[in-house]
Amino acid sequence: VQVASIHFKRRASEALRDERLQSTMKRFGGGFAEKRTAARTAFGASAFEDLRSASASIRDRALEHLDAWLLRFEEEATRRGTTVLWAESGDEACRHVLEICARHGLKKAIKSKSMLSEEAGLNERLAAAGVQPVETDLGEYILQLADEPPSHIIAPAIHKDLAQVSELFEKHHARPRTDDIARLTREARETLRPHFLGADLGIFRCQFPRRRNRLGRDRHERRQRPHVHDAAARARRDHRHRESDSDARGPVDAEPGPAALGDRTGHRELLLDPHRTEARGDADGPEHMYVVLVDNGRTRLVGSELKEMLRCIRCGACMNHCPVFHTIGGHAYGWVYPGRWARY
Amino acid sequence: MIRTMRVGLLVTCLVDLVRPRIGIAAVKLLEEAGCEVVVPRAQTCCGQPGWNSGDRASARALAQKLIGEFEDCEYVVAPSGSCAGMVKLHFAELFPGEGAWLERAERLAKKTYELTDFLVTIAGIARVPGGYSGTITYHDSCSGLRELGVKSQPRALLEKMPGIELKEMKDAETCCGFGGTFSVKFGEISAAMAQTKCDRVRESGAGAVVLGDLGCILNIEGKLRRMGDEQTLVLHVAEVLTWER
Repeated sequence: VQVASIHFKRRASEALRDERLQSTMKRFGGGFAEKRTAARTAFGASAFEDLRSASASIRDRALEHLDAWLLRFEEEATRRGTTVLWAESGDEACRHVLEICARHGLKKAIKSKSMLSEEAGLNERLAAAGVQPVETDLGEYILQLADEPPSHIIAPAIHKDLAQVSELFEKHHARPRTDDIARLTREARETLRPHFLGADLGIFRCQFPRRRNRLGRDRHERRQRPHVHDAAARARRDHRHRESDSDARGPVDAEPGPAALGDRTGHRELLLDPHRTEARGDADGPEHMYVVLVDNGRTRLVGSELKEMLRCIRCGACMNHCPVFHTIGGHAYGWVYPGRWARY
Repeated sequence: MIRTMRVGLLVTCLVDLVRPRIGIAAVKLLEEAGCEVVVPRAQTCCGQPGWNSGDRASARALAQKLIGEFEDCEYVVAPSGSCAGMVKLHFAELFPGEGAWLERAERLAKKTYELTDFLVTIAGIARVPGGYSGTITYHDSCSGLRELGVKSQPRALLEKMPGIELKEMKDAETCCGFGGTFSVKFGEISAAMAQTKCDRVRESGAGAVVLGDLGCILNIEGKLRRMGDEQTLVLHVAEVLTWER
């Protein structure tokens, strides 16, 4: 995605004149904020705030010694057979991934949802290098068919209505058109299944490199076990390999809560180390595991007056509560993250 | 003997220039609550436009002027959440590391209140002089709600009038699109947000929308009239609380 934030006014103006988008966004307005309020009440308002502050201070503590934590992660992950790569920019991250693909002769990459890969423009780079990227998050998959960037960090296709999805599926799946959501979802699963089975490479975001330096992710992001895992880990997420499990739990529990989803992900998993023949390897692990630690400007904020931005856990609650976002939709902002992020 | 509180009324420039009867209503309410009200004559603006636009020098000069005019009052009260919020939360930020001015700003901040908050929390007003009757819906303006926690106070005061029926609108806490300089910088988006707010007001079926900030009043009233709604009243909470029956 090209950064087009400078055209915000013009893009917002276009969004305001887009009747279909306006009608979709009006429906989006309801629900998220109310669900968050309900979830907060159910959790206990003051306990919820306590959890938020605790999560924030875990973030802050980790950011204070980010360099040390990252090196420790690299050391431990390397010891366990994972290759850790460092990327100063999105471009460098893409080059790492392309090199991995070239080294192992990989032709198809299956992806779970990753804003970082959107930020880096990874899909375009993979495609240009002859590697087919396949998105498996339903929203991201819809957008891959539509050839559009996400408009919301946790609900990427929120700007699409049912009829638009039906049209896309009809066009790309060569099946009779349906407006039944359950059937559409099944259609997506059936279309994606062969991709899962035939993929050479799995790419996912790493949510929290953590204690004992395994990579954690939520259960709903697990789709299959490909040959190569490439965790597009954000450098700043690397704070989570903490001394105790309770520290790691805070931000994970806090994430879906603020996002207004109400129910927290029921299952989390720790990714396996790569498969190795010697006794210490995980028999079910992938053949190779790579972690790309991407900075792309983030560490510039460490210690600056904007450092609180690094506490962001990408829950999307800010967008769910923002009346400006509701009025113009996410694409008007001109980048994968709406608002001022693009400037820093 | 009950001690009389000496309250300085920060009229705010919008009230002074656009709807001065809100200032007069505020005086009535404060007097009803047993306060002695003083209105420094040379007062102008709290400095918000400058502060929000990065013109710190102008904001700082206005803050110094305001501090000088009001610091001998026991309390400072404004019929506006955003102006009270400016004094209470942001004045100190204009004087970082400046011992004397910082101290004066902080001292003033401690005794500054939004009108309904003051009447309920500090003055504990027993009855309100107004006699409004009809259905109303209440819009929670951003600064008052989010910076100062003004939410239950105006409703508690309005409840004291038996003729009022409160019909809450959907998304009462959502911005009306004014946002101070936002409405100037992003007029189109602001207008669309005002439209949504006015739709919510009309859906509530109330005869009047009541709120505590004049900027939002202008925004909402202007939009309602342009939508062809000449009926729905747009009133400051102080006007309603002093309504002559």
